[in-house]
Amino acid sequence: MTGVPLIEVENLRIDLDDGSRRVAAAEGVSFRISRGETFGLVGESGCGKSITALALIGLLRSPLSIGGGVIRFEGREIQRLSAAGQRELRGNRIAMIFQEPMTALNPVSPVGRQIAEMFVLHKGKSWREANQLAVESLASVRVPAPERRVNDYPHQLSGGMRQRVMIAIALACGPDLLIADEPTTALDVTVQAEIIELMRNLCAERGTAILMISHDLGLVANVCRRVAVMYAGRIVEERGSADIFRAPSHPYTQGLVDSLPRLGSRAALGRVRLKEIAGVVPAITGFPDGCRFNPRCAQATDICRTAAPETDLLEAGGFVRCHHHA
Amino acid sequence: MHEPQPRPDDDLILRVEDLAVHFPLGGGLFGRERRLLRAVDGVDLSLRRGECLGLVGESGSGKSTVALSILGLLKPTRGHIVVDGREVVTNSRSADRKALARTVQIVFQDPYASLNPRQTVRRTLEDPLRVHGVTAKSEIEDRVATMLKHVGLRPEQADRFPHEFSGGQRQRIGIARALILNPRIVICDEPVSALDVSIRAQIINLLLELKDTLGLSYIMISHDLGVVEHMSDRVAVMYLGRIVENGDWREIFERPAHPYTQALIAAIPDPLRHAPLATTGGDLPNPLNPPNGCAFSPRCRYAEAVCRSEPGPVLETRPDGHAVRCWRSEEIAGRRALASTESGSL
Repeated sequence: MTGVPLIEVENLRIDLDDGSRRVAAAEGVSFRISRGETFGLVGESGCGKSITALALIGLLRSPLSIGGGVIRFEGREIQRLSAAGQRELRGNRIAMIFQEPMTALNPVSPVGRQIAEMFVLHKGKSWREANQLAVESLASVRVPAPERRVNDYPHQLSGGMRQRVMIAIALACGPDLLIADEPTTALDVTVQAEIIELMRNLCAERGTAILMISHDLGLVANVCRRVAVMYAGRIVEERGSADIFRAPSHPYTQGLVDSLPRLGSRAALGRVRLKEIAGVVPAITGFPDGCRFNPRCAQATDICRTAAPETDLLEAGGFVRCHHHA
Repeated sequence: MHEPQPRPDDDLILRVEDLAVHFPLGGGLFGRERRLLRAVDGVDLSLRRGECLGLVGESGSGKSTVALSILGLLKPTRGHIVVDGREVVTNSRSADRKALARTVQIVFQDPYASLNPRQTVRRTLEDPLRVHGVTAKSEIEDRVATMLKHVGLRPEQADRFPHEFSGGQRQRIGIARALILNPRIVICDEPVSALDVSIRAQIINLLLELKDTLGLSYIMISHDLGVVEHMSDRVAVMYLGRIVENGDWREIFERPAHPYTQALIAAIPDPLRHAPLATTGGDLPNPLNPPNGCAFSPRCRYAEAVCRSEPGPVLETRPDGHAVRCWRSEEIAGRRALASTESGSL
């Protein structure tokens, strides 16, 4: 890739103000996404992946705030933009789809209007033109009978259809980056396949980059070219997706890959006891010192309990943060 | 852990015969046609002692309705449920209900929502014992302590409240509550899908251990086919209120015969390959207005005229015990076999 990356996050820190003190809910988060690239951010609840996405589109609200670091979109610092400048980016250049379309859509507005709004606000179209474009948008996300469906309210649509509407809204203005935060977690597996393929194909056609956020490492590895794994507010490993399942480097990633029953593994290997990751996910207010995975890590030594590991570049590309990585 | 051997004494602990649960919806008052939601429509299931039966299907397919009926919490419109030789009867004497509760229990999906936040763990585990006639203080204390150890908690944690525990520990409490009355059958309704990914293996291992040490039988409801494959001895696949395929776990996962089962398995993303997911097309049909003939026909790539005509296909059991509800499964199997030999892979 040449030139300026589409989006560049450098040493981002997100603070959580719990009234008496500030704790870092995410820190040292750095990654870049090039134009048209698919990048995945994987982690468990509370690891900081969703708030990182919200920071990218300037939607962090109290008690969360950016505590440090830089986010650049096409080389411009997002935090330095005026509110109007941020609004111009949001929706128009960077769009987002959420996990639960029923709560993300406006329940008292027909879906066609919610799509048309994008053209009126960002492209200066009249409502008449925008309504026509909304029908085309619905057709492009393969909603049957779009000219009738534009008049439906969200509750009249199935979960899969609602998520299609979300995608239509997000892609309405032809954004450069689509952030998909657990876009299929609320959906059944066959519907998930439909939505993922739709998103993947539309973005590939239009050259839209995808930042996909999920707890499902398998899904992200399948969809994205590069994957970053977050644990307790830090990125612990970033790799090409082909490598992350075959040769995970960080003990946490290894644990995730080993602990989940994968389709076909019992037929091949018999029923073996699943490898467990000991312990529990730490709370944001009680992240351990040193490497944050150390209380759950079988390989932990004294240095892991005192010093946070630096970023180690891997020969095969990507990096890992571990004192004893493979 | 070892692969369970087929048991010579094929004694059934649970038999579900022609179960139907219909919910009337609105209408009916002024002569308007009463609409009927057929959540479950003619389901046959059996569960052997010590077996884990996986029950899979998309939301709305009727899995949880079957579970609630077996627990005696829903009144079936039609059919019989026989648990350990006794027919499940709803709205009946409390003695029957109690006997059923001592035999069948459930572990719920969300351990945050399914535990009473104002009760200590001890209270949560003691109440069922008292209701079921265990009055001796020392026995109650013993059984609570033993059960906590079984699920990997310490007896001294009994006086804490649910909020003092992590998600995985809460699910251990949920499992302890299900097991405190020494049931024979445990219905696990998505027991790990609300848990953090790094915690799931702990709970799956625990459930399998408890099944062996306590001689339990499981009905495992899940949409995670990896988990179902790992845990189940047999698998039943539901679609729109009916069983469409039922068989040995290996048969189901290696030679799925129903196009819907094939679609479910093909839709699982392969983490090692950057390849498009197999799509089925369309959503689950509206159960108020099910399609003619085979309920899967509008989404099925193999559907022909016969699939769209009434009556729909019946569940046919092959000699090896593998049952399929599809007019064309033989033909499709032949075609798939041909395709796989030609291309060298599926």
